[in-house]
Amino acid sequence: MSSADLTLTEDGIPLKQKLARTTALQRRRALLLTLPLVLFLVVSFVIPIGQMLFQSVHNDKVSAVVPNFAEAILQWDGQGLPPESTFEIFVKDLAKAKQVREVGRTVGNMATRINYEMPGSRSLFTSTARKAKKIEAPYKENLIKINKKWANPAIWLTIQRAARDITPAFYVAALDLKYDKNGEVVQADELYQIYLNNFMKTIWVSALITLICILLAYPVAYLLSVLPLRQSNLLMIMVLLPFWTSLLVRTTAWIAILQTEGIINDILVFLGFITDDGRIQMIYNQTGTIIAMVHILLPFMILPLYSVMKTIPPSYMRAALSMGAKPIYAYRKVYLPQTLPGLAAGTLLVFILAIGYYITPALVGGEDGLLISNLIAYHIQKSLNWSLGAALGTILLVVVLVLYWLYNKLIGIDKLRFG
Amino acid sequence: MHKFIQQKGKALVYLFVAAIFVALLTGTIKAAIGFLLVFGVPLYFMTKMPEYATTGERFSRYMFLVISSSILVFLITPVIIIIPLSFNAEPYFTFTEGMLSLDPEAFSTRWYMDILHNGMAAPQAIEGWWADMWENAQWIKAARNSFFIATVSTIIATSLGTLAALGLSRPEMPYRALITSLLISPMIVPLVITATGMFFFYSGIGLAKTYAGVILAHVTLGVPFVIITVTATLSGFDMSLVRAAQNMGANGWITFRRIIMPLILPGMISGALFAFITSLDEVVAVLFIADVDQRTIPRQMFSGIREQISPTILSVASILVLMSVILLTVLELLRRRSERLRGMSPG
Repeated sequence: MSSADLTLTEDGIPLKQKLARTTALQRRRALLLTLPLVLFLVVSFVIPIGQMLFQSVHNDKVSAVVPNFAEAILQWDGQGLPPESTFEIFVKDLAKAKQVREVGRTVGNMATRINYEMPGSRSLFTSTARKAKKIEAPYKENLIKINKKWANPAIWLTIQRAARDITPAFYVAALDLKYDKNGEVVQADELYQIYLNNFMKTIWVSALITLICILLAYPVAYLLSVLPLRQSNLLMIMVLLPFWTSLLVRTTAWIAILQTEGIINDILVFLGFITDDGRIQMIYNQTGTIIAMVHILLPFMILPLYSVMKTIPPSYMRAALSMGAKPIYAYRKVYLPQTLPGLAAGTLLVFILAIGYYITPALVGGEDGLLISNLIAYHIQKSLNWSLGAALGTILLVVVLVLYWLYNKLIGIDKLRFG
Repeated sequence: MHKFIQQKGKALVYLFVAAIFVALLTGTIKAAIGFLLVFGVPLYFMTKMPEYATTGERFSRYMFLVISSSILVFLITPVIIIIPLSFNAEPYFTFTEGMLSLDPEAFSTRWYMDILHNGMAAPQAIEGWWADMWENAQWIKAARNSFFIATVSTIIATSLGTLAALGLSRPEMPYRALITSLLISPMIVPLVITATGMFFFYSGIGLAKTYAGVILAHVTLGVPFVIITVTATLSGFDMSLVRAAQNMGANGWITFRRIIMPLILPGMISGALFAFITSLDEVVAVLFIADVDQRTIPRQMFSGIREQISPTILSVASILVLMSVILLTVLELLRRRSERLRGMSPG
């Protein structure tokens, strides 16, 4: 035993032990300070996100409306048509479900759910449900007599798939895939390939916006970093005031500037570049979205770049130039590498914010300016296909979290500063 | 040309002589002004540069100045331009000819009055006008909602956020990186996703379409800003002050109240302002979880832009710009105070 282990504190405990105890206590205290907020966010933020993830794989619209039948059809082996007993349960459940008026528990809800996977099948369910009370044995035969579509095994396979509460079906839809007649996952028809294209478009538009932001932010940040403090503070206002202004205000301003009866078109007409009836459509399309979003996100690029550039001593460039480097070479070899941390921070931040942007595309995007966020909102608020909206949201969330992880790895989120 | 650009002083004289020459030659003053703008301004700026600079350097430096100032103009113009537009006497979104010729008839405050009148039962009545405005005017109702929600969520976000930031900046904090990224993630996760999740969860527990639900959402979205600003202030904090206070017998609360808080107050206030403005500007969560009763200003603007766009929106926007100017001034003053307190720079 070495002598260090035997060193005792005043109360007779070995120093090492006492130290460990104190550190543990301090760690617990620090953790305790963050605890209220962590708990708050778990309730207000983490659980809701978790609920969205759950919603993306969970849909009980079939088993909630026709519970006995859902159980029965899951027993079916998928060969030919289901047995007569299953048909009987189906008709009885359907007749019972017809009486239900509770929102989310009606035959209509179930029909909508199955219609997602088999477009055009909705009326089959609603019309059959209306007659279900009168259908008598033999159920299989009579059901097919009402509508011969019931003789198609594909519809029963679709129902069987939809009867499962936990389903990958919405990810299948979100990835522009579909189930074919035999239940195999195949590519959807070209006409229905909306989401992957939109994801691609969102990524492409965000990348373009980020690139424009880099090109615009770099000279401004450089100018701000080399000017004397008094002047740069003054010019900084021109960056910070838009940053602090409501983004709805800025979007409104761009509508006023870019619309066909707006300021830019008026100036162009006045200068004679275009005729009065040849006014250019610059808003309510992708161009308008990109212009407005660049304006809104530009400060997020300028500020991190500026804070890095401010720390670069001008003597480095001077040294390179005095040793005979051409300005462009010196810039590329000496200045640019030093600004990379700021550039990376700004790029990731702008890209992350752009990829999930909702308000501006919703207001000035028109038809072709809509991004993936707008599709998600459409499914949550308008079409009410919540599970599909949640599945699209989850895919977007994964992309953003990967970028966030990258940001943390490269820059560290604790380095983020405003102003 | 080369020699000209590198001459100081005389350049201005030469330019004016040339401009007069142009005016005489073409017979119009406009041409001379155009000449001065296109050639005069750049040449004048180039002569002002240091003597050792070559012509090429002067030219590229001038181009750089032109480009960066146009980008700054691009940034500030949309924010500024809506202010004169909001005084339009006509229901247009552009400058009328009367406005361009500064005709007082072309300007009016009718859209500012419309902010008050919109939704009122009897805007022309004299008796009970104030009560009517306070109770019924749509924008006033939205403003009341906005300020109520923003104030409550700012108070919660600032207190919880400061507490957490204090923990995070302690050197012995375990899992610091993990917890920091969790606390900042509401800023990173796309608003639509956050709002969707909240819509599902809050509907299930009866918080949707209530003030409590909106406030909960806005606290969540405001917290990252408080964390970022307060940890930034704490990063320059001298921990020996705390030990000194405790050494002299102060307990935790007194140490915080008398030592820590006065020093980090600027950071706390700017964090609070960020949280406040975030709540005041937030519309996605409101769109998803609020009802008509909780309509806020941005929500009202959102439907205004979508449905019946009128210059009233521009006058609301101008008022909001004015508010941002005030907030920005307060922030700048706070930043200076904080730097002075921490001895970073004089004044």
